[in-house]
Amino acid sequence: MNRQDSPDDIADIETPPPLPRLSALMRPHRIAIMAVALALVVLMAVKMRWDWLPEYAGMLLAGFWITAVLLVASTVLGFLLAVPLGLVQVTGPRILSWPARIFCTVIRGTPLLLQLWLLYFGLGSLFPGIPEIRQSFLWPYLREAWPYGLLALTLSYAGYEGEVMRGAFAGVPNGELEAARAYGMSRWKVLTRIWLPRAIHRALPTLAGETVVQLKSTPLVATITVIDLYAVVGDIRQSTYLTYEPLLFLAFLYLCLTGILVTIFRHYENKIPTRGM
Amino acid sequence: MKAENNLKDGDIAEAVTVEDLHKSFGDIEVLKGVSLKARQGEVIAIIGGSGSGKSTLLRCINMLEWPTRGRISVHGEEIAMKSDGHGGLMPSNRKQIQRIRTRLAMVFQSFNLWQHMTLMQNVIEVPVHVLGRKRDEAIAEAETLLRRVGLYEKRDAYPAFLSGGQQQRAAIARALAIQPEAMLFDEPTSALDPELVGEVLTVIRDLAEEGRTMLLVTHEMGFAREVASEIVFLHDGRVEEQGAPETVFDNPESERLRKFISSVQ
Repeated sequence: MNRQDSPDDIADIETPPPLPRLSALMRPHRIAIMAVALALVVLMAVKMRWDWLPEYAGMLLAGFWITAVLLVASTVLGFLLAVPLGLVQVTGPRILSWPARIFCTVIRGTPLLLQLWLLYFGLGSLFPGIPEIRQSFLWPYLREAWPYGLLALTLSYAGYEGEVMRGAFAGVPNGELEAARAYGMSRWKVLTRIWLPRAIHRALPTLAGETVVQLKSTPLVATITVIDLYAVVGDIRQSTYLTYEPLLFLAFLYLCLTGILVTIFRHYENKIPTRGM
Repeated sequence: MKAENNLKDGDIAEAVTVEDLHKSFGDIEVLKGVSLKARQGEVIAIIGGSGSGKSTLLRCINMLEWPTRGRISVHGEEIAMKSDGHGGLMPSNRKQIQRIRTRLAMVFQSFNLWQHMTLMQNVIEVPVHVLGRKRDEAIAEAETLLRRVGLYEKRDAYPAFLSGGQQQRAAIARALAIQPEAMLFDEPTSALDPELVGEVLTVIRDLAEEGRTMLLVTHEMGFAREVASEIVFLHDGRVEEQGAPETVFDNPESERLRKFISSVQ
């Protein structure tokens, strides 16, 4: 039996529509906007001072590195926390789902800056008074500021994404999970093969946006003496007495990072085409 | 009831046996003592009005629903159940349930293909990740199955891009991939547009003709009559009448079955 399946070919679209062609960009209003943007860039390059750049390139690179590491580490660790946080709220016993719900509510209901300061100035001032901690192998790290920054960013991401994952887990059609059970999958297999991949796929567009927001939360760690990209630019402004140039350059670097993030997420979103899901 | 008379002790092995099955949802008793036997190679069509308990009966067989009372055996192996403490039963051995489920392939009304996987991935998922077969062997077999249901060209498409009929045929390929001892069809054409019903029934007819054991809940009376070796008419949670298709459809004994048949034709 090798029938043709033409009569019910409702869709042959297996890839998303291609990006607009170059010719589509060549409309009068678009050309005008691009010309203005180009003029602005040229004006900035010519009229403003950029001679400080080579001198501070090393510092900028170090700051860029700190920001990138903080972002990647906090989103990865935060997401690993968010998965169980979301899952227990959908399927867990009350003893787990309530603490998860409270955690997400508290994290989402208070400013990140406040959480950061509570951790750094609160925990950070408690720890030196505890001899066990002072003598532990962790002490060299706990004396630094960055672990508190990383912890605050991680918990924040976990709180927001725990809520996103809760919705994503709940939104996976029950029939697909039932089919997985009906074919003999264990609970663990159902979770790792069907439920989690399906939930992540559903949540990807939201996670992309949240990760971009997370990037722009990282400058807060500058308030607890972590020398990230933002702190470096602050230093540059103080030592060069320049107002705008370092800030414009900072904006440019964050834009680049955002672009990279969006491209990575878009790549994964397009791996599985969606249609009315 | 004719049910007991028909349960002869034949020499053909029994693929699925259900004895005195009860199932309640809260205060509502949906199944009130159903017994059923499917021998190897038999096609049992379960018919009945909505709310008669036919889907619940099918879902109890692979323990998607836990019965309140009764016994279920698959290929002579009884499913171990214990009291759930609330007047019902629950499986006492999860591993046994998982093992038995891999021998019973279910085809759902709403297909329930895994939407994040291509058709090929859907078909090889259980063989590779549950049954532990080799990936390349599973793929080779899946290609044969997809070709058989006429979807080989669509093997890399995602379910959302296919019509209902195509999705259901893919779901049947997924079911065949586990080399089941019995297939459970839960109203496989009820969610389809009328013009797509035929292509799915053709595939199921094909399977019936090659001697597969099937339990088929359906509203397609003409089809049931054509492929089934036995018709079971459920009414209000009980087997009201049971027998060969010709007998049941042409000479229904019970008044209710007579009414039911005339109402669906």
